[in-house]
Amino acid sequence: MTLDITDLKVTIGGREILRGVDLSLQEGRVHGLAGESGSGKTMTGLAVLGLLPHGARATGRIALGERDLLTLPPRELNKVRGGEVAMVFQDPATSLHPMLSVGRQLTEHMRHHLKLDKREARARAVELLGKVRIPGAEEAYGRFPHQFSGGMRQRIAIAIALACSPRVLIADEPTTALDVTVQAGVLRLLRGLCDELGLAVLLVTHDLGVMSAIADEVSVMKDGLVVETGPRGKVLREPSHAYTRSLLDSLPGETA
Amino acid sequence: MSAMTSAKEAADAAPRVRRGRGAHPLARFLFRRILTAVLLAWGITLVTFVLTNLVPGDPVTANLGQRALGDPAIVAQWRAEHGLDKPLWEQYALHLRGLVQGDFGVSQQSHRPVAEDLAQFVPATLELAGAAIAVSLVLGVAFGVVAALRRDRLPDHVLRVLSLIGISVPTFWLALVAFYVFFYRLQITPGSGRVDPALGEAPAVTGLQTVDALIAGQWDVFVSAVGHLITPALVLALYTIGLLTRFTRSAVLEVLGQDYVRAARAKGLPGRVILFRYVLRSALVPVITVAGLAFGSLLSGTVLVEAIFAWPGVGQYAYKSATTLDLPAVMGVGLVVGVVYLVINLIVDVLYGVIDPRVRLQ
Repeated sequence: MTLDITDLKVTIGGREILRGVDLSLQEGRVHGLAGESGSGKTMTGLAVLGLLPHGARATGRIALGERDLLTLPPRELNKVRGGEVAMVFQDPATSLHPMLSVGRQLTEHMRHHLKLDKREARARAVELLGKVRIPGAEEAYGRFPHQFSGGMRQRIAIAIALACSPRVLIADEPTTALDVTVQAGVLRLLRGLCDELGLAVLLVTHDLGVMSAIADEVSVMKDGLVVETGPRGKVLREPSHAYTRSLLDSLPGETA
Repeated sequence: MSAMTSAKEAADAAPRVRRGRGAHPLARFLFRRILTAVLLAWGITLVTFVLTNLVPGDPVTANLGQRALGDPAIVAQWRAEHGLDKPLWEQYALHLRGLVQGDFGVSQQSHRPVAEDLAQFVPATLELAGAAIAVSLVLGVAFGVVAALRRDRLPDHVLRVLSLIGISVPTFWLALVAFYVFFYRLQITPGSGRVDPALGEAPAVTGLQTVDALIAGQWDVFVSAVGHLITPALVLALYTIGLLTRFTRSAVLEVLGQDYVRAARAKGLPGRVILFRYVLRSALVPVITVAGLAFGSLLSGTVLVEAIFAWPGVGQYAYKSATTLDLPAVMGVGLVVGVVYLVINLIVDVLYGVIDPRVRLQ
């Protein structure tokens, strides 16, 4: 299933945050979305799931297959959330509930969306934990987020996102809050899952190094607009837009 | 109180260490808390004893008549009878030994063992205060959640004004007004006391009139007891309701802005699951802290409410024994109130552990 964003505009309190974003995600492909802070990358990701902050108005079209997510009734949208489009957030220290066990957070939406019973959900949760390479998956199931390191927590967050077999995964700066040493592992995991499960991944990041490591396509945003989009090699090696060039020039050392 | 703050700090610190499988973390947590409580209880006996003996005023003059005071032999005999001729530390040791055996001394006023007096009056107060705190928790948390979810809209504004009124109105005034309006004018609530005198009290088992009536299967007594309980309990609860409404509102608003709530929405969980499982769980930690502290002010509020509603509780007993310098009774009341406070704190601490795994897994 593909996700096509066309002419997405978002205003908050009269201010235009997004000014007509076009973006297309394909199955089994990682689409990197780059740009500096405040350029609207995160807002684009949140708009897809209808998680924009209070008072925000969105227009345009976000097409998931035949459906437009922007006009979907709340009940239908809630089925899409977690079920067809899932999200991984920036900081796993704050995006996992500190007082709920890993198992609880892994199984609750499975039971809700997929109507699994307790035993089935548990079996699938343990399998997922193994898939994201959490050592001792059985034991990890009953533990709490604070008993894991940052990298492990983000792997758990990824497992939670994948629990209901979504077709689209939005990863909002998934490695920014992690130690450099574990970033590569999490990125490899994302890339592997994308290939294995045929996921359409939107990887939001301000880090062009991360981008060049795993993205198939790259889009660059500035001031609420996509200023450049294309295959990774082309955008990063022969940038056509002045802003992309300045982003690349600001990188220390090697780039692509 | 110190035990409470330490638990809260521990929750904030959120240790990142991975721990091996300890033996029953919740049991160990409970054991530690109970041990602390026992130590604190001993501290309470010391404090009540010292404070009671430091007050200026001679129990002899307060208890003996004019004629008897003139006779040194009678005075000396009275002092010896009540152990007042011994050094202070020895009096304390005797006092402590008595307490361990359940002997609180004999009240100089009622000439009955203080333990008997307390057994009669304390349950009435606990029933009143317990009903008040239960009502406060249910209404305060519910109002606070509604105010937070309807932030800056009509329900929020109305509840904010109401909670302000609840916090500012003095309890004794409210008690008088409620008594006048509902009993004297409108005649929709029963009058003073715990139960309709025509029915008589249920046979005492727990001392809690409502519970005893249910145990005895006396339905009419139960209805009457609940009717008598409603007005004083509500009057007493109003302050705490206001307080808990405000704290719950701000706690819920803070939690609603957390990343994990947005993450829960991204999982497509239904709204009520997010509210009860994700939001309330975190928001209840500060609310429980405040509720525990508020129970203290609620206990002191019972003195006034009991006086106005002629509620035969420990508040009236404390007032009478304090004004007559009935030292054994004063110490008994002080100890009981202190222990009640301690138990509340223990419950609060245990609730922290139940709600937040980071507290019990340390």
